[in-house]
Amino acid sequence: MWQELREELHPKGLEVVTVALDLKGVETAGRWIEAAAPTHPSLIDRAHLVDELFGVVNVPNGVWIGEDGVIVRPAEPAFPKRAAFLQRPLPPDLDPYQAAVLAEARRIRTEPERYTNALRDWVERGPASPFALSPEEVLRRSGDRGADRSGAAAHFELAQHLWREGREAEAVPHFRQARRLQPDNWTYKRQAWILADRFQAPSDLFEGDWLSDVREIGAENYYPKLDMPGGSPPGG
Amino acid sequence: MILTEPRVRRDEFTARTGWRFEPEGACRGDLCVPLPEPPGEWLDAGTLAGRLGMPLVHDEAAGLWCLGPESHGRVLQTAGAPELTLPDWRGEPFSLSSLRGQKVLLLAWASW
Repeated sequence: MWQELREELHPKGLEVVTVALDLKGVETAGRWIEAAAPTHPSLIDRAHLVDELFGVVNVPNGVWIGEDGVIVRPAEPAFPKRAAFLQRPLPPDLDPYQAAVLAEARRIRTEPERYTNALRDWVERGPASPFALSPEEVLRRSGDRGADRSGAAAHFELAQHLWREGREAEAVPHFRQARRLQPDNWTYKRQAWILADRFQAPSDLFEGDWLSDVREIGAENYYPKLDMPGGSPPGG
Repeated sequence: MILTEPRVRRDEFTARTGWRFEPEGACRGDLCVPLPEPPGEWLDAGTLAGRLGMPLVHDEAAGLWCLGPESHGRVLQTAGAPELTLPDWRGEPFSLSSLRGQKVLLLAWASW
């Protein structure tokens, strides 16, 4: 998905590093990577370390890091283009839950043009780009982490560990607790739901499901609006 | 960090969290937090949790502990990118810091 942009911007000094947040690792992420035939590093994060270290709470999310190793934009929604499958008509015999999911997904805001144009500007102009943030602003935007969110991270790590060990029944209460402690962390919820149902539909194992949880907040709030110059201000 | 007993090896803790151990205590960047006794090869997980503001979740039936990230208000304590070493999809280890000198777009995605 990012290969085209990488080819454009790599000669100008940008490297793209993709990280697949997948508890099952190459088993589930590998075929997508193989199909994309990336020339950039394509990493596998079976323990969702990137969530913990960079504050990722949904995917896709991008983080910009300068030549000196300093973050100039913390985790935020990152789309290279609009998803083509969302623009096609729905097959008439589609499962009703899937049809409802796709209908809701069409209402989700993605801002690929704004994001990729901002990225191009930063690659071109570096620290002079209005899209490069100060260290103070990077910290401010990196997300809150109080006791609940730290606890959620610990329960989620334990849940994943137990599931990978084949101890699914012992893992479930920890997935549930992670969701209770940090209900707005979609990586925790989606990773759990997909283990129970391939469409992230309601299951006996976990509370909530993708469609119900998205409808609760409104599809337009699924990703925060990009907080960058140009366009209307966040919340607008 | 997943633990099979309520203590953690000092070098593994440093690799995961960035906290180093000095005569003054646990240190990261300019900050040093005093510890009740000089750190040895193994560190008590409960002490670290209390002093550094980390949750320590214990699942007695599973026989496991998990020491979570600090709860100091913000995810990032510094704008310096945390070190991240993960396998690439062919299994070769890759460290983010190996790209120092280039701009990097780090992209988190998932098959789900």
